[in-house]
Parts: sequence; C-alpha cells; structure tokens
Amino acid sequence: MTSGGTNQSTAAGDRPELTAAGYRPELTAAGYRPAWADTFPKLLRFQAMTRPDRPASREKTYGIWQSWTWKEVEQNVRDLACGLHLMGLKRGDKIAIVGDNRPRLYWTFVAAQALGAVPVPVYQDAVAEEMRFVFDHAEIRFAVTEDQEQVDKLLEIKSRCPKLERVVYEDPRGMRHYDHSAMSSYEQVQEQGRKFASGNPGFYSAEMEKGRGGDVAVMLYTSGTTGQPKGCMLSFDNLVITAENAARFDKVTSEDEVLAYLPMAWVGDHVYSFAEGYVAGFCVACPESGATVLNDLRELGPTYFFAPPRIFENLLTTVMIRMEDAGAIKHRMFKFFMNLARRSGSRIMDRQSVPFIDRWLYALGEYLVYGPLKNTLGFSRVRLCYTAGEAIGPDIFEFYRSLGLNMKQLYGMTEASVFIAMQPDGMVRRDTVGAPAPQVDVKIAENGEVMFKSPGVFLEYYKNPQATAETKTADGWVHTGDAGYFDPDGQLKIIDRAKDVGKLKNGSLFAPKYIENKLKFFPAIREAVAFGVGRDRVCAFINIDMQAVGDWAERRNIPYGSYQELAARPEVYELVKGQVEEVNRDLARDPHMKSSQIGRFLLLPKELDADDGELTRTRKVRRRFIGERYGELVEALFSGRDLHELKMEVRFEDGRVGNLSGQVRIADARVFAPEGAAASEPRKAA
Amino acid sequence: MQRTRPVGDVLLHVDDISLSFGGVQALSGVSFDIRKHEIRAIIGPNGAGKSSMLNVINGFYHPQQGTISFMGETRKQMRPHVAARQGIARTFQNIALFRGMTTLDNIMTGRLLKMRRGLFLQALRLGPADREEIEHREAVERIIDFLEIQAIRKVPVGQLPYGLQKRVELGRALAAEPQLLLLDEPMAGMNVEEKEDMCRFVLDVNDEFGTTIALIEHDMGVVMDLSDRVVVLDYGRKIADGTPDEVRKDQRVIDAYLGVTH
Repeated sequence: MTSGGTNQSTAAGDRPELTAAGYRPELTAAGYRPAWADTFPKLLRFQAMTRPDRPASREKTYGIWQSWTWKEVEQNVRDLACGLHLMGLKRGDKIAIVGDNRPRLYWTFVAAQALGAVPVPVYQDAVAEEMRFVFDHAEIRFAVTEDQEQVDKLLEIKSRCPKLERVVYEDPRGMRHYDHSAMSSYEQVQEQGRKFASGNPGFYSAEMEKGRGGDVAVMLYTSGTTGQPKGCMLSFDNLVITAENAARFDKVTSEDEVLAYLPMAWVGDHVYSFAEGYVAGFCVACPESGATVLNDLRELGPTYFFAPPRIFENLLTTVMIRMEDAGAIKHRMFKFFMNLARRSGSRIMDRQSVPFIDRWLYALGEYLVYGPLKNTLGFSRVRLCYTAGEAIGPDIFEFYRSLGLNMKQLYGMTEASVFIAMQPDGMVRRDTVGAPAPQVDVKIAENGEVMFKSPGVFLEYYKNPQATAETKTADGWVHTGDAGYFDPDGQLKIIDRAKDVGKLKNGSLFAPKYIENKLKFFPAIREAVAFGVGRDRVCAFINIDMQAVGDWAERRNIPYGSYQELAARPEVYELVKGQVEEVNRDLARDPHMKSSQIGRFLLLPKELDADDGELTRTRKVRRRFIGERYGELVEALFSGRDLHELKMEVRFEDGRVGNLSGQVRIADARVFAPEGAAASEPRKAA
Repeated sequence: MQRTRPVGDVLLHVDDISLSFGGVQALSGVSFDIRKHEIRAIIGPNGAGKSSMLNVINGFYHPQQGTISFMGETRKQMRPHVAARQGIARTFQNIALFRGMTTLDNIMTGRLLKMRRGLFLQALRLGPADREEIEHREAVERIIDFLEIQAIRKVPVGQLPYGLQKRVELGRALAAEPQLLLLDEPMAGMNVEEKEDMCRFVLDVNDEFGTTIALIEHDMGVVMDLSDRVVVLDYGRKIADGTPDEVRKDQRVIDAYLGVTH
C-alpha cells in the first residue's frame, strides 16, 4: 500500500526508483501487479518502473507506426495531468473524452484519474442531442476531443450545457479560425503542463497517490434499448480486479498486442484495450483511421483480438465475395480445403481424434490456404480471439475455428465490468457463452433471468438511485435482464432479453431475438425484427444486406438503383423467402419454438439506422421503438393485406431530414408441421 | 472568414492575351491578375475560353498576342516544364492520372521536379537516393493525411470512384508545393457531399499552405462561396472582373448566362 510512502525519492517523477518506500515490486498471487498498484495511474507507474522501454502505445500516422514506451507514456500522462490541473480540473470533476481510438485520448483517462477526476467517454458518432444529454447529466466541465468534427458538435450543444467550460482538441487541422477563448489544443495543454511539472516536481506523484481502489475510475453511459442512457460508475477495483482475472484466465502476457478499434465509450473496449493493457503491460495499437482498420489489422497482426460478431461477419463476407471473383483453380482449392477444415479443423484444435490423412491434408492446407487467408485477415498471430455482444452465426463461428483460430465466446455487460461468463480453452461451443468467469457467481432467478455477483459489480448509476435499486439487489446481486439457463455441463445459454420473452396468443413461448438471430445468420439478411406477442402467429420485418444482396443481384443481372429498389425486387423476395422457410423448418424441430414459425414477412425499404433511433449505438434493434414507428406496417403484416403504402421521415447521416415513400410488399412463407412431433411425443410420454 | 495570410501583391499578370486556332478566336485581349494567397475563379458559359486561359497560363498553349508575367518575370509565352519548375501546378478537367499506379505512387510523381538524385543512384537505391526518397515520402504522407485518403494509399487509382480520383489528382498537384495551383473544374460530376468535401480541401489548401489558387468552376454556389475575386469570360472576352457580389449584379454577366434578345 502507498500509505507508508512519503516518496521523496520519486518526487522528480522522471525516474521513479524501483525500491522506493511504498513502491515494492513484489507481485500479488495473481502475478500481474503489486498490491499498491490499485489504480490506473499507479499501474502506469508500475509498468514504467518494470518495463520502461517496452512499447505501450502505438499509432499509425503518416503511414508509419509510431510507438511510445511505458516510460514515455507516463511522462506524457504527467504533463497532460499537470496541464489539466492548470486548466482547472479538480478532484471529482467529470471530463468527457470524445473521438476515435487515439493514444492521446487513452492517456487522457489516466491523466484525469491521476487528479481524481472522472473520465466520461462519449460515443463519437452520437448525434448532438444524445451528447447534450450526457454532458448535461454528467455535469461535464471539460472535454477532450479528437478533431474539428467533434469540436463543431460540442459548439452546437455548448449553449445548452452551461457547465461545459473548455474544449481541448487533439488535431489542430482547420481549427485556427475558431474562437479560442474556451478552447485549447492538446499540444498547448501538455506544453503548459510540462513547464508546471518541472517547476513542481512532486505534484503529479502526490496527486496520483491520493487515488484509492474504491474510487470511481470511469463513468460509462450505457446506450440502453429504452429510455435515457444511464451513467454506470465503475471503480478502479471493479476494473483492475476483473481485468486481472480475465488476463489470468487466458494467460495474457506483456508480450501480447492488441488493436484498439472499437468505440472508446464501450465497456468492451475500455476493458480489452485499456484496463487489460495496463494490468498485463501489453501494447495497444490504434489504427490510422476508421477506414483503414482492416489494413492496419493485417500489418500489425495482433495476438489477442476481440470483436462483436458483426465484425467477423463482415470479414467473412469480404473474403467470400473476393473468392467468387478468384480464378477456377484457386476457387476449387479454397472449396476443397475449406470442406476439409470444416470437418477436422476444430477437432484438431481441441485435440480430438482425426484420421491421419485428414491431419496431413490439413497441414498442407495450412500452407496453401489457411495460412495465406489468415494473413489476409490479419489473424496470423492471433492466439486468442473473443466474440461477444450478440449471438454469432454457426457458419461464421465454424469458419474461423476451422481455420485454427481459437475463437471463444463470453458474456458480459457494462454493469459487470464486462466478464460474467467465458469459455475455457477446449470447451468451446457455439450456442453457449461459457462457464461463470473467475470470482463470478451466477444464478438463474425464478422468472428465468440471469443474475450475477462479482468483484466487477458497478458502484451505482450516476444520479439515478431508482435505476440502481432496480438493477442491484441489497445483497449485491445484479439483474442482467437476460433470460437463460445452464446446460448440463455447466455452461450458460442466453436466449433473449427477459422482458422481451413473451407469449403468443395460444400461450406458447415467443423469444423474438432467438428467431431474429436465426434469420440474421443468412448473409443476405442484415437485420430482422420479429413481432408476435399476443398474436396468433409470428411476422417479421427484414433488412437485406446491401453488399451481399447487391452482389448477388449483379451476378444475376438484376438491375437496381438504390437500396429501396433492391429490397422491392421480386427475385430478392424469393431469395429471402427461401431463407425464412429454412428457419421455419429449423424452428419446427424445437418443441419450445415450433409455434414461432414466421408466417409473413416484408423487406423494409430503408436500412434500420442508429441515427433514426431504430438501433442502439452498438447496433441492437430497438424493437419497441420500431414497432411504434412502423405501426402501420405491423398492422399490415397481421391483417393479411399484400401491399402497403408507406410514407415516413428519415434522417440522413449529415443530419438533414428527408421523406421516404413507396409501396411495401408483404409475402407469405411456408410453415411446417412439427417435424419431430411424432418422435418427440412418445419420448415425452415415456 | 479571417485569413491567416492576407491577400498580397500580384503573383501572375496576363496582359492582352489573344489566342486563336485557325479561324476560331478562343481568347481576345484578355487581361487580369492573380494576387498572392487569393482564390481566383474564372467562370463563363461553355466555350467562353476558360480552359484555354488556364492552358495559356501553364504554357500548354502559346498565345499569338500578349504577355504573361509570373513572379515578376515577363514572357511572351510559357513552356509547360518552365511553368512547372517555377511553381505552377494544375489538375485537369478529365482526370489525367496513371490509372495502373497506386494513389501513393501517383502523388509521388508530383515530387518528380524536386528529386535531385539521378536515375543511376535511384536504381541502385544508394544512400543519398534512399534518404531523398524518404524525405519525399514524408511530404507525400502529409498530403495523404491532409486529404484524408489513408485508406486508399495502396489502391490502384483506376479502381477508385471518380470523386476520390479527383482528390488524388489534387494531391499530386499539391506534392509539387506550387506557388500557383490551377484547378480545372475540380467539382465537376461530383455529388453534393463530395463537392462539400472538395470545397473544404480547397479552402484548407489556401489557408494552411498559403497556396494561390485559380479555379474554373460551373457550380455558381461553389464559386461564390470560395473565391475572393471572379473573372468572367464570354466568347473569349473578359466581360467582368471583381468580387463575387459585384460580378453577380453585373448586367453583362447576367445576360451572358441567361441570354438576351437581340
């Protein structure tokens, strides 16, 4: 603990002494950090002491990967912290961080925390109104942003956020004509801080040492499928202990390397590319820009990769489209080896028995197909790869595992500092999310809801005791809001949001997300929304995938001018109908789900969009909102009409509002008799 | 808008230029000047002689009459390579990039005049040539960053959509670090969003690098927003010259654009 340390010897800040009083390097049993390193600024001190010259951050600028060592990072953070102090940032203040993943923005977290302020990352693509809510609610005084785009957004809301005093921007491009009375550049703040630090050498260390593990480390606003976002407050203990557990679970080391490309305001990114990096001491790289992520991934070759299923899906789609264009020989080779991989790849990885000839061919395939393919995808060095957030399609999951990628699933949420359940090596299954993570207790409530208790359980929602009480019981159990159950082998299976699980008119179970996910596993279907609560059958809205269906249409010489036109083509309806019926056939086999077959569906003339409020920022469908917004269409689905005239307002990406009108066709799909009924009935009787 | 660099002295002055192709009089007696750090638009109906004027400025066409003075040096006629060496760079109405080469290589060709080492040293990748290449690459990377085209750095230009090709062409012109940048219809054939992007880049180039810009453009909104002064040509003659507001009110300009009954 730091309590004993007067730390005279570390006062200079530049060269902390390894054996200074209170800074003993002995590690705790977990093996990652000494007990005194219980906040991120202290972890940074520890990393700068033990591995000063190892790279800590990387960023690609001007086409070259620039690196900073742990020692350089600490100096940067110290200067920034001093600069923020001069600006007026005080203990307990909130400071917003808005932008793409940038090392300097990650450093801002630590600099603010060193002063006892609370960083609040905000989704950089949030519309001004969403930002205003967060800024207002969190009483933000300062904001550190990436560039002009974000500054403009903040200027737009500034008049309605009286507490916001000053905006700091990282990229000075285009900023020189702005009124700088309430604005500074990052460079400037850091420069002033540097001067201050050399004049007050003990300041940073003294401030940093005041931090305690139980203090609030960060406030993450959860987008929430309904209502206003809630500010989830996580302590240093929450994040550090959870990150440490996860790192130990997967034997993460300081040699690992990750690419930080997920939104900084998302807890997944915060833990994976920030907290775990500071605990394990590995290097976090930031891509050049949002558009270059795939390239950067390939150049960097991370060893530890975390992505929502959507990313894996997009990668696979790109590969498949490019394979379609490949020459005949390559195409056949790809097909042959992928079939082989599907048969034995996963089994080889899990050390199960595989015929000798397959094992040999697989090794050849690694040389000819899998290796080059993994290289193209940037997965050559990946040792550990997680997906979470949504259910992943069987084809996608199998594809990556068969290539020899150790892809696993985990289940988590902001309120748990991510980890609730994770899959141990060798026990990976597609339809489960794994066993409870280290130090996590999971139980299933009577209504089927999953509940947990862990060291990662959040402190509270900021200024929202009512929501806190609703989520967290007095004895520390947290409601996840998800319905699920345990498998016989102890792995957790999640079926849907607990509140979304409803009943059809005939009383049978209706889990919309379960059905939607089954639909979304087809590459042609991007989003689906199923309706059926209190109805006599299930109907669905479907969003086609522009890339996949557009490509499909081009190959068949089906002309289209826009998304709306493509979605209205009868050929596309036929394509989707076939896939809906396949889902129905599948559902018919499941005794719980057989009544949930999709009787009618329609293809929406526009893509569901977060800017219209139809999706959350993490791209989950807001079913209730969509049900209201497209109320007429829902009624048309259930009424038996075949056509509906639709007129509605849409919001474009640049904020303008336009009108969308046109006819939407509604199609019927075949419903199957419960196939296994004959077989399953007697079994039930027996 | 405030300027970082105020509009300065005359950079280029064309005096009494006349140009004809056989019996076609493309330009007759046109005079105007371009001042340092300004954005100067040349507008006019189709066939008014706008592109011919740019071609005269960078020495592609040789006028039969008149003089051109650039940076204090007066000539009867320019030659393209002299113009380029003196710091005049341009983009073309129909994109003129090397379609099979990547964005990076295309922009690199814009540095050609700045390369000091000979073919021999470059081919052998000897020390000085290598160092020079790194310097130029750095300059090019700054342009790539400036124009936000990092994602297409290594994509062959032929595969890019039109709007991006225009941007690459601008990048190549910028790579020469020109005193005067001639843009021939930089926004032609673009959608609204691409136009807005391009406008921003033109303004930024002018503001951050202090580059003087002469541009031909058909979109009146763009011209009025961007330019400091506008010269209007019609049938090869100058009919107006002044600020966007003055030009907009000029009766002869209105007539030229809308037509008059004779």
